[in-house]
Amino acid sequence: MPILTHLWILPLLPLLGAAANGIFGGRWPKSAVTAVALSSTTLLFLATLEAVREFFTLPAEQIPWIKSYFTWIAAAGFRADFAVQVDQLTVIMLLVVTGVGWLIHIYSSGYMHDDPGYRRFFSYLNLFMFFMLLLVLAANYLVMFVGWEGVGLCSYLLIGFFFLKKSATNAGNKAFWVNRIGDFGFILGVLLILRTFGSLDFATVLPRAAAMAADPAGQIGTLTAIALLLFVGAAGKSAQLPLYVWLPDAMEGPTPVSALIHAATMVTAGVYMVARSHAIFLNAPVAMQVVAVIGCVTALFAATIGLVQTDIKKVLAYSTVSQLGYMFLACGVGAFTSGVFHLMTHAFFKGLLFLAAGSVIHAMGGEQDMRKMGGLRKKIPWTFWTMFMGTLAIAGTPGFSGFFSKDEILEATQRVSTPLWALGLLTAGFTSFYMFRLLFLTFFGEQRFDEHHVHVHESPKNMLAPLVVLAILAVGGGWMAAPHLWGGVNYFEHFLAPVFSTASEATTAVAESSGGAAEIVQGLFGAPVIVGLLGFLLAWWLYIRSPQTPKKIAQSLSTPYKLLSGKYFVDELYAAVIVRPLVWISDKVLWHVVDEGVIDGAVNGVADVSRETGDRLRYASTGNIRTYAAWILMGAVVFTSLLLWMKG
Amino acid sequence: MVPTSYYLVLSAILFGLGVIAFIYKRNIISIFMSIELMLNAVNLAFVAFSRALGQLQGQVFVFFVIVVAAAEAAVGLAIIILITRNRGTLDVERVDLLKH
Repeated sequence: MPILTHLWILPLLPLLGAAANGIFGGRWPKSAVTAVALSSTTLLFLATLEAVREFFTLPAEQIPWIKSYFTWIAAAGFRADFAVQVDQLTVIMLLVVTGVGWLIHIYSSGYMHDDPGYRRFFSYLNLFMFFMLLLVLAANYLVMFVGWEGVGLCSYLLIGFFFLKKSATNAGNKAFWVNRIGDFGFILGVLLILRTFGSLDFATVLPRAAAMAADPAGQIGTLTAIALLLFVGAAGKSAQLPLYVWLPDAMEGPTPVSALIHAATMVTAGVYMVARSHAIFLNAPVAMQVVAVIGCVTALFAATIGLVQTDIKKVLAYSTVSQLGYMFLACGVGAFTSGVFHLMTHAFFKGLLFLAAGSVIHAMGGEQDMRKMGGLRKKIPWTFWTMFMGTLAIAGTPGFSGFFSKDEILEATQRVSTPLWALGLLTAGFTSFYMFRLLFLTFFGEQRFDEHHVHVHESPKNMLAPLVVLAILAVGGGWMAAPHLWGGVNYFEHFLAPVFSTASEATTAVAESSGGAAEIVQGLFGAPVIVGLLGFLLAWWLYIRSPQTPKKIAQSLSTPYKLLSGKYFVDELYAAVIVRPLVWISDKVLWHVVDEGVIDGAVNGVADVSRETGDRLRYASTGNIRTYAAWILMGAVVFTSLLLWMKG
Repeated sequence: MVPTSYYLVLSAILFGLGVIAFIYKRNIISIFMSIELMLNAVNLAFVAFSRALGQLQGQVFVFFVIVVAAAEAAVGLAIIILITRNRGTLDVERVDLLKH
């Protein structure tokens, strides 16, 4: 088993790519940069496939497959190894990260082709792959934290990629700061784990957490505290309320970055971390409730903002926040498998949607405002059809991947809480509406741009090929979980069962009891599908049938409309409550009083006193040797008499 | 036998003369010689004590002082020659560049 034995190869490949392009790429022609970046990710994907093949030959007792390379930290009673592990959950994440990452690298070679920062872009992107692999391969919380921070760094670098644009650097800073809050929670959670369990290894911590008595409902014990702190980290990384504000702004980065980091992989790291720590969360009922409610409210909240956005990427950004909310909802109701399943299908269809949006932006020569698009269907058919597939998938059309994953989440939610289920259902309707609105505004209706200025053209093949592959995955990716509709095995759940063994008892029992024709009918024409259909019809009515209506609605309902288009003014609220007071304190107190007064005052004070003293004392240095001699004599006399006086 | 106090009084007188000459003389060579005078006054005191106490340490110190005085004479005379060449005077009152 060459790859599993040498697991370090996986993260090393993209790291080499990043280093080679970052250090030497400046002297290389563009084709060499492309070759290095693409070959590292292609090799990585192939190596991952081989690793997965080897993984399937492993006997069950060797899973999780843990490789420890060296002792990283050894201190009194505490030991952390630099260790990586592969289990079923890792396999899913590995395939998603390397597969989608590979496709997006190919896409980027077309999308970024004329950008002066081409080499820098690929260096960062490869570096991101390295840290993301570290994150998902980690066998303890410490290595995971390194990957966690690393992807945050790459996210920051790539959001601010167009660093000459003030808005881009601001967005990068915002992402970094907001994530600091989340990461602070995460590291506190990790420290609490260390204190409670004396170890950070998943293989030690999780079984012990599972064996511990659950915190009583409604009370906050140690496990609940750990879970809540970890969730603060997850909420920062995965853009949940109240820390979601950075993700919409992150759209300042190049579109492939939005697709890879801010839709498919990095932002789902929070979900992965929660799913990985499921043993802790399951014994913390309060934390589970918090996760479910935050996830559900975020899903609805972001979806409503997405209804009125006009920037094509902003719609997708809020959609991502909303879909991540679904994943947390799934985790919060104990359906970790469904959450991870939605993570995977979301990586496919949202990656696809972002890449297709990038293709539209490319075709429109950089225009992102949907009000200035329209009627593009015939001009860029490949982009249209792939994006159409992605839209059908996210809207939950029966048979498409999003249908299966979203259905599973709603089904699991229904068993736990009816209000959350209702909110989730409403979100599904909104999702369908805003996605079809996006599709109709972009590709249907009349052209709202001047064709003399905008030369609409289909994207090159290296951009279309990833679109097609992702479209196929977005359409078919859900069938792994499909057969349970007609009473068969949910392969995905079956595969992940060993990881979530403690969690899956409840869910599998229900899933296996279902089946039969009535179930199929219910599944195909259940509430989520009907709501999705309503969303589609409403979008069709408003944007195809009578395109004048939306404006009238916006006028007659001006207050709610302003609230939505202003994104609930959360940014303004944060600015007023947190940012401006902080700036004021920093400016008036920390700068002018503490820094200028105390610190500068101390330094300048010492200098002033020294200079003043020197000024007075310099008159003693006359330069006259006889005066000096007299001083010496006087000194000698004084000291001698002092000595004599002390003795006597 | 001459009492020790006589030697010590002589030594103190010699030392006092050296100090007064050191402070009041302006000629750099006179100052130099007054230093030698002070050193020898101290030597005299050392030897007197050595004999009075019947110990050899005092004489050993004297040898050290003589060696130091010899070294000082070598370096000091060299400095004096350089000062004379550069400034054209032996008057220490006029060697006051640092003051300005």
